Amino acid sequence: MSGSTATFDLIVVGAGIVGASCADAASAEGMRVAIVEPGPIGGGATAAAMGHLVAMDDDPAELALASYSLGLWESFADLKEAEFSRCGTLWVARDDRELAAAAARIARLKAADRDARLLDAASLHELEPALVQGLAGGMLVEREAVVYPPRVANHLVRRAQSRGTRLFAGRRAQALYRGGVQLDDDTRLGGPVLVATGCALPDLLPMLPMRARKGHLVITDRYPGLIRHQLLELGYADSAHGDADSSVAFNVQPRPTGQILIGSSREFQANDASVSPSMVQRMLERSFAFVPRLRGLQALRVWTGFRPTTPDGRPYLGAVPGAVDQWVAAGHEGLGVTTALGSAKLMIDLIQGRRPAIDPAPYSPWRMAA
Amino acid sequence: MREHYDVLVAGAGPAGLAAAQAAVSHGARVGLLDMQARPGGQVWRHDVRLPAAPAARQAIEALQGVKLLARHSVVTAEPSALRVETPTGSDLLSFGSLVLATGARELLLPFPGWTLPGVTGAGGLQALAKQGWPVAGKRVVIGGSGPLLLAAADTLRKHGAHVLGMHEQASAATVRSFAWQLRRWPARAAQAAGLRLRLAGVPYRCGSFVREAIGGDAVRGAVIETPHGTRQVECDLLAVGYGLVPNTELAALLGCALDEADAHPRVRVDALLRTSVANIHAAGEACGIGGLAVARIEGAMAGHMAAGDVAAASALLPRRDRERRFGALLARHFTLDPRLRELADERTLVCRCEDVALGALAGYDDARAAKLATRCGMGACQGRICGTALAELGRFPRGGARPPIFPARLATLAGLADFSPDDARRGNRP
Repeated sequence: MSGSTATFDLIVVGAGIVGASCADAASAEGMRVAIVEPGPIGGGATAAAMGHLVAMDDDPAELALASYSLGLWESFADLKEAEFSRCGTLWVARDDRELAAAAARIARLKAADRDARLLDAASLHELEPALVQGLAGGMLVEREAVVYPPRVANHLVRRAQSRGTRLFAGRRAQALYRGGVQLDDDTRLGGPVLVATGCALPDLLPMLPMRARKGHLVITDRYPGLIRHQLLELGYADSAHGDADSSVAFNVQPRPTGQILIGSSREFQANDASVSPSMVQRMLERSFAFVPRLRGLQALRVWTGFRPTTPDGRPYLGAVPGAVDQWVAAGHEGLGVTTALGSAKLMIDLIQGRRPAIDPAPYSPWRMAA
Repeated sequence: MREHYDVLVAGAGPAGLAAAQAAVSHGARVGLLDMQARPGGQVWRHDVRLPAAPAARQAIEALQGVKLLARHSVVTAEPSALRVETPTGSDLLSFGSLVLATGARELLLPFPGWTLPGVTGAGGLQALAKQGWPVAGKRVVIGGSGPLLLAAADTLRKHGAHVLGMHEQASAATVRSFAWQLRRWPARAAQAAGLRLRLAGVPYRCGSFVREAIGGDAVRGAVIETPHGTRQVECDLLAVGYGLVPNTELAALLGCALDEADAHPRVRVDALLRTSVANIHAAGEACGIGGLAVARIEGAMAGHMAAGDVAAASALLPRRDRERRFGALLARHFTLDPRLRELADERTLVCRCEDVALGALAGYDDARAAKLATRCGMGACQGRICGTALAELGRFPRGGARPPIFPARLATLAGLADFSPDDARRGNRP
């Protein structure tokens, strides 16, 4: 073991979008920060993500965090590295029942200061001519946007580094000990630790349950203008927040490059990263049902990723139960990019002993210790 | 549609043709698939104007009984099956055993101006000429390394191009030593002598390489580094290729182990061409660059193996080993001048698909990290060109490829058997 232990005000373990945001927020307050990351910056769920900044309204706590976070994302709207594109989110209703449900969602979003409006079938097709005929209408959330998550994570880490943050690149946090963390080269870093390792959380904090929920994405060649908004089916939440072993939903995104990113699939019990032809088939067939023209487009790549998923779907944000100076920010499932900035602010407020802007209770990891 | 073959051969170049012929001789049901419309691969690529080489003609005529699956492109690998895209739809081709005869592609190294229109690979321009791209009357400068330069010059001249010169980066002493060694391969020596004779009058400069392509909208000239200093020549086309690298993407997707000792991986095979995956064999350039003769012998060996005749394959071993030694000789003599790795500057594009300059990659020592941050290698070619160049430049090894191997229609990925352009308009109710 090496002799001296470097000490920090905060040691962030994991440089995904969540860890990078935490390091950025901490360093902005003048804290002396270390980041420990064994792989590429933003190389886990962050790299596999769609980068859709979206408020989901089916859980009030999740909506509060998303709404808070979306406000913070506005400061990235002009940042080149973010590739921020305000395409808006268009939720598509297949029938009148789904359209009626959309009205209630609009009310909930409005209560959280998110603007949304209802579209009839004609306006829907005017906005998105590539959508199949016969849809009932939709719900448009105009201010929502997409970003390119790994570059944002890189930017946040570099910004933190410019304020003196030390990046321990290529180093894995082997174990937490009282007062710090031990790296895989036996170096010890001293200070409060914030664990933001997503799906790998159980390696360091086995008492906090975490499941990896596999997803597939397909990206096409460039077809500028074919799709204009991030398109999702209103039934998306059933797939996203249901607990089925596997599900797919229509979720298609126009990249600023003109490429089209096609999702989404969700699978528990799928632990290897290989592309599953049958899941890709299900997912694509779902997308063809809404946008038939997709069939003829050229696909460039298919990849998979794993969403860190807690038992109740809410992230762990707060103190590690029963530990001193150990914090956790992980388990954002499919909303890690949307909620990273708000999560980071909330974490630094808690660590600094301040009252966060939103109620932190719903995310407290103590709920698992109860 | 799902079709079954006892032996499926991927790639209809010299190795694949020999494999199919050997396998079918044992009575197996054999499928031979290739992306191109005509068999022949790269070296025997169909020429729209000139007759095929006698050996190529014979190999193609010997395909009776083999199901030729032209314009079939492999998209993904499934257990014991390949999903392929056809001009009108997609098929699932299942196999008892598979022969990988995926050949090689050209190694392109970035240099200032290399993305100008009119700048191609040496083999690249040769292929274009064979496909009917007009080169007649064009002034062509050829650069790079290895025997491909001579073969390209020969084809281009036959198509009416005015080849101003061939610039071989290896030194004159090295090339002389190579020529001396050729005496042990009389057929090769005769072939090389014939080629040189046909190219009499075309300057062949050793220790000489293209430093820069000059031009505005298109290439107008080249800056050439010679042992006697730098000079500039005007030209209409500039063709530069630094030899070949194995195509290993399909093997990797199938889970076959690769030999990654050198900058460019090759498919790992045992003496009898078995890969690390049961019932999958590999032959020819995919297992390491060895040239046409190696490809033909290994193709035959792999075809026999795939059909279950170990004895017939083993009988070819001595010949194969001898020809592989020639491949090693080539590799030894045409190693690249370290100065070639310094040609690209900060502003030189490395990734042509995503317009990423070399300078943008500063500080990255891993293909995936660089890709995530800069998009280098994320485009349509999936890093085939830039990833290979960066590996050669010693920056970082190429990252793992993802399906589809080549861009494919979404309908194909979705497993739809038929694709009709009407699909785009019809639209079905979700």
